[in-house]
Amino acid sequence: MADLGRAALIVTFGLVLWATFAGAWAARLGRRRLADSAANALLAALVSTAVASLVLLAALVRHDFSFTYVADHTSTRLSRAYSVSAFWGGQEGSLLLWLLVLCAYAGAAVLLNRRRAPDVVAWTVPVLGAVASFFAFLLVAVASPFATQTAPAEGAGLNPSLQNPYMLAHPPLLYLGYVGLTVPFAFGMGALLAGRADERWIVATRRWTLVAWTALGVGQLLGAHWAYVEVGWGGFYAWDPVENAALMPWLAATAFLHSVMIQEKRGMLKVWNVLLVLLAFGLSLFGTFLTRSGVVNSIHSFTQSSIGPWFLGFICVVVAGSLALVFARLPLLRAKTRLESLVSREATFLYNNLLLVAFCLTVLWGVAFPMLSEAVRGEPRTLAGPYYNFFLRAFGLPLLLLMGIGPLVAWRRASLGSVGRTFLWPFAVSVAVGVALIAAGAGSSLPGLLAYTFSAFVLASIVLEFVRGTRAAGSFLQLVSRNRRRYGGYVVHAAIVLVAIGIAGSAYGSTREAKLRPGESMRVGGYTLTYRSLGDTRTAGAIERRARVDVYRGGDRVATVFPGKNAYFAEQQTSNEMAIYTSWPRAEDVDVIADQIDPATDVVYFKALVKPLVNFLWIGGAVFLFGSLIALWPDAREQRRLVARYALAHS
Amino acid sequence: MTVALLLGALLAAACVVLVALPFLREPAPRVDALPAPGELAQRQLELIEERDRALAALKELEFDHRTGKITDPDYRALVGEYRRRAALALRALEPRLEEHPRRVRARD
Repeated sequence: MADLGRAALIVTFGLVLWATFAGAWAARLGRRRLADSAANALLAALVSTAVASLVLLAALVRHDFSFTYVADHTSTRLSRAYSVSAFWGGQEGSLLLWLLVLCAYAGAAVLLNRRRAPDVVAWTVPVLGAVASFFAFLLVAVASPFATQTAPAEGAGLNPSLQNPYMLAHPPLLYLGYVGLTVPFAFGMGALLAGRADERWIVATRRWTLVAWTALGVGQLLGAHWAYVEVGWGGFYAWDPVENAALMPWLAATAFLHSVMIQEKRGMLKVWNVLLVLLAFGLSLFGTFLTRSGVVNSIHSFTQSSIGPWFLGFICVVVAGSLALVFARLPLLRAKTRLESLVSREATFLYNNLLLVAFCLTVLWGVAFPMLSEAVRGEPRTLAGPYYNFFLRAFGLPLLLLMGIGPLVAWRRASLGSVGRTFLWPFAVSVAVGVALIAAGAGSSLPGLLAYTFSAFVLASIVLEFVRGTRAAGSFLQLVSRNRRRYGGYVVHAAIVLVAIGIAGSAYGSTREAKLRPGESMRVGGYTLTYRSLGDTRTAGAIERRARVDVYRGGDRVATVFPGKNAYFAEQQTSNEMAIYTSWPRAEDVDVIADQIDPATDVVYFKALVKPLVNFLWIGGAVFLFGSLIALWPDAREQRRLVARYALAHS
Repeated sequence: MTVALLLGALLAAACVVLVALPFLREPAPRVDALPAPGELAQRQLELIEERDRALAALKELEFDHRTGKITDPDYRALVGEYRRRAALALRALEPRLEEHPRRVRARD
């Protein structure tokens, strides 16, 4: 069946090339049937890529080791779910997933918009086709998932750290995010190529951007939880280059989602918005390049390969070509209105954009620095945690504060008197919380204290917005249903506050390390951990060695946890299996890691961490998804308004 | 291998049909031009967007006033200007709006 997979990919490559060249030709000459044919080619490419994906999926599930990819990433001992997740566990499979998701996004976005904005879509199709052509070329000529061999008796298995339920959802969600950012980029470039400066490309893509942004956000939080429970070091984010690679496009897309509202409401920031979609898309390509090229040392770089130069070349072409196009269309993008006041909702959005982009670029500099230093000095120099933490505080804390300020300020211009009146309650709440925190001893960390005080300000301003809005609109449901984007956005703000609370909790944690024999104890953050015994369990794929540890607080045993290590047979690798006790009343976790185990003497070198408020991160993730769904929910009134707008324009 | 290649050929044929569909459906159409707004329609679209922006700004101002973000004196100072902008945007579209029903009737 590998031949069918190869044939399907060749068909896809031909189709997306047709979409690119025939599409560009049709758009240039204004040929309707040829433009429709190019759009149909994108839909057909979805079908043929789906066939190729099914072939690979079937081979993975059947453990058909005549496929080199299957033999390299699965074994007969691997469960069916993890065999399926091996689809994105390796380079060739994840490139195929990229292409599949891209074709799905492209087909859906083109189908839904070809009647509303035919002139823009005509140019969007070749842009989407060109991006798909690059990935199809890689899959056909450079990194085929359908290479075959004489089937070995057993496969190499899947990287043990990828054998975690989170790996079933985390990578596909990140891909939905990365690839989804192609849609606003393609429509933005399509509008510029068509010479259109109206809002249709924004109307066509805002939901797609929101979907991609949500997927990227949820995917990152799932990845953080995976790192927390699986990697076994007690943290959730390490400023790893590949983690940063997902954060950067998310920051750029966040900036875009805010600044695009200014274009919709005021007709301003047209150039800035186009540059932001280019930045977000370029960074999503850069993220894939980092993960797949092996140019950086990362726990996420599961593959080392030669596709790096291809990616780098493509990124250069995309960035240079897009910037040249934006430059050529500058007269078209000139705004007719100006910012009326520095004290207005628009101004707070602008400050938020500057901070988000500045933070994004400092992270980019941190990621690129080792590569640049190696190129210049011959040895890679890494910018470690303190660099990123400094900028997280420098940009993150003002951003947090702006989330509370923005909703309280009126659009266009606000007088200082009205601003003072609306700020009164949130300001009083935040001062009260700050004083209470200092009294409780939280002043030991100034960034932590500021984060919690600002969080209280933001939450108070969100509650105030809902209360005042409900009074003005008549009912809560009417308020939210009439402006889902705004109030869904406020729920997302609340989620970001919860995430900030979870991150700031790290400043108040405790860590202890100790070498213990059975029966010995160690103390950490008010808990006593007593190591009882060591035991082995043999499962289908590994030997699971676990230490039994009782957790006490105030003399009472509150839990028994089992930290240890797994030794995988097929993969010939060992993984650290951290144990977590969650105390919901105290809102903290106790993480126990069996760092080194001596099976001869049963001596274990333990590391224990108490992490206050860390679970706010995961609760924040659920609230984030809820808020995004509110914002994404279709608004029939708005749809009717847009239909009327474009019907009138096209009549 | 033969079955796989046969399936591949069938897939390719189906895709070619889908790509050729616009030409198969309309082998010789009267008009094959891409529907695109002309210069006038493009200007019209910009005016409609300006009108929508002006009306939305007026609604936002009312809502901000009702939720207490804008004081009464500020509201009185701003509302006149916003109404003027909305009226200008509507007036710019007036001839077009008058034309529209006539065109619909003509098509009927």
